[in-house]
Amino acid sequence: MVDSGIILHQFEGEITEDILTETLRSVEAMLEEKEEDFKKSRKVYNILVEALQNLFHHTDSQAAEILNNGDQKKTAKFLLAAKNEEYNILVSNYVIKDNIPTLRSKLDKVNSLDKEGLREYYKEVLNNGQYSVHGGGGLGMIDIARKSGNRLNYEFEEVNEDYGLFTLIIKV
Amino acid sequence: MDPIKIEGTPKTPTVIFDGDSGVLEIKGRSIPENAVEFYKPLIDWIGSYVDGAKDNTVVNVQLEYFNTSSSKCILDVFKKLESINGKTSITINWHFEEDDEDMLEAGEDYQAIINIPFKMIEMEEM
Repeated sequence: MVDSGIILHQFEGEITEDILTETLRSVEAMLEEKEEDFKKSRKVYNILVEALQNLFHHTDSQAAEILNNGDQKKTAKFLLAAKNEEYNILVSNYVIKDNIPTLRSKLDKVNSLDKEGLREYYKEVLNNGQYSVHGGGGLGMIDIARKSGNRLNYEFEEVNEDYGLFTLIIKV
Repeated sequence: MDPIKIEGTPKTPTVIFDGDSGVLEIKGRSIPENAVEFYKPLIDWIGSYVDGAKDNTVVNVQLEYFNTSSSKCILDVFKKLESINGKTSITINWHFEEDDEDMLEAGEDYQAIINIPFKMIEMEEM
């Protein structure tokens, strides 16, 4: 999907709270060592927290089930790669097909906005009084887009009649 | 009233609110998977602080990072403070590290929503 450069970290499997914590810890240590630009390393870390916690919440709420492609439904993928001065973060997980239109329209809206537009949209959602179970309430993708400063690349792949595979690539 | 003191962890900030000094400190990072649980005791505490609140209340926010699960909870803390502003005169000092534009913008976003005076304080290092 993308020529992402040198792979710094990758994971495929079920994301548990322990794996999430350990991944964030090791990526943070690696960024501290590798990235001299403090602003950039902070941005990358921030986006990773958001993207991985998002992945965790999505897959955590799903029941275990083997899909017809042989994958466990709770399987998620994560990859962090660096190319020149740029980082690419890929996250991928299975989503219920019925949820795809909402997710797609959210991402398209985010991608249609410029920096100021994203900021206004963020404030609007921040102050809308709606909460998800874990408190985020729809801010994740807006925050990721704001911090990355780039369009969010995404795709949905057909898996079966109930599920699709969602892949998001964030450039920082 | 007993002060509220929550020790910081790699995922949650240190929170100290001493009713006798009228100073609330939120310091560190706030990236818990579920922030609602974490911030509830503080919001409840602010509710009981209003009786016998100091004339002036200073809120020092010095966060390195926060996730979006924390964003709405931090707004709720500020809204709770806004509801008692008048009974005590509140100032929010929003600290950010030099060049951390994301954190400065985050503070300005709260400032635009909340009717409490904000001071943006740039620090060399957090």
